[in-house]
Amino acid sequence: MKMSLPTLGYSRTAIALHWAIALLIFCAFPLGIYMADLPFSPGRLKLYSYHKWIGVTVFLLALARLAWRWQHPAPPPPAGMPAWQRIASIATHHLLYLLLFAVPISGWLMSSAKGFQTVYLGIIPLPDLLTKDKALGDALLLVHQILNFTLATLVVTHLTAALKHYFVDRDEVLGRMIPLLNQRKPR
Amino acid sequence: MRKTAIALALGAALLSPFIAPALAQVDAAKSSVVAVSRQMGVPVEGKFRRFSAQVSFDPARPAEGKASLEIDIASFDLGDADFNRETAKKEWFDAAKFPKATFVTSAIKPAGPGKFDAAGKLTIKGKTLDVVAPVTYKAEGGQQVFEGVLPIKRLQFNIGEGEWKDTATVADDVQIKFRIVTAKK
Ligand code: HEM
Repeated sequence: MKMSLPTLGYSRTAIALHWAIALLIFCAFPLGIYMADLPFSPGRLKLYSYHKWIGVTVFLLALARLAWRWQHPAPPPPAGMPAWQRIASIATHHLLYLLLFAVPISGWLMSSAKGFQTVYLGIIPLPDLLTKDKALGDALLLVHQILNFTLATLVVTHLTAALKHYFVDRDEVLGRMIPLLNQRKPR
Repeated sequence: MRKTAIALALGAALLSPFIAPALAQVDAAKSSVVAVSRQMGVPVEGKFRRFSAQVSFDPARPAEGKASLEIDIASFDLGDADFNRETAKKEWFDAAKFPKATFVTSAIKPAGPGKFDAAGKLTIKGKTLDVVAPVTYKAEGGQQVFEGVLPIKRLQFNIGEGEWKDTATVADDVQIKFRIVTAKK
């Protein structure tokens, strides 16, 4: 498909933020599942900290991303896309944005409730908004798990849709996030 | 043990006209002994829930003062069941073999108004080291309040052996924060 307006794409910043966040989530998610089953050891303590640091980084990048997105609207969907798909994609994207914040925040609150402060990169202590409370900590673990399960489901949906655009619809949607595919430079 | 302590205190009280000041027990509800360590930069606090202390101290005559503290290691509480199970193990406190930690003063010296340096022997996990604890003193409603922070290095007491020697995960520096309040007379 030929674009009439060459400026209709994602900016380099938007693309970089998208892939940085995606990469970090693909690290934090399996790490979260793996670390919880480890026996008590220095390795486990390290991984917990790394997991928290990666999560806080996701939160910070998500802030930057949202601010950028505010100023730089996304390119429109390809012409001729059915309305239900447009609505579904908007809903998925909004929910994904929401979870980019909700997942790290739930992890942070859980850590506070469990009585282990989050110290970003081992240097910057984040405030504890909750005081130590075992029952609350366990409840927040469940919240963290449910939000993560929702996030995983949406990521799979997102990925499937992107692949469908590329292989079935053969439109430029995936290429807008992977400029190599469209052999078109991002603006 | 308790009986001996009471007998001692009673004896001391009876004799107090001759050997002042008397040995006082602690007010457990107002006293605390807390160890603060750092794990991956995160401050982690553990409370010793059970301990006993005997103090005999007259701020006018600090050199005659004496104090001893006995801590029940099994009462160490980090506020997390996993952590508590772990710290009782051989690599950490080895609570089964070394159920008590003690601090016994050998010399108390004034160190400014309301401040004293309490030199003494600190024994943890069967290892005894000479330490000097900075103490602030005040009298409050018939009770004596001693407060201070004693920095120690955990590895000097073999606390955290094997893979736990790694100070990048759990720092070597540990602060023992104490607040000892004597029982009302
Ligand atoms: C994008 C960000 C994040 C993702 C994708 C993520 C993902 C996960 C996942 C999948 C688990 C395993 C849950 C289970 O047991 O089934 C987990 C556990 C955990 N997460 Fe996160 N997380 C993120 C951010 C954070 C942050 C920012 C913190 C804290 C500051 C945090 C703290 C924890 C803790 C402490 C656990 C272990 C809970 C336990 O088993 O005791 N997470 N995370």
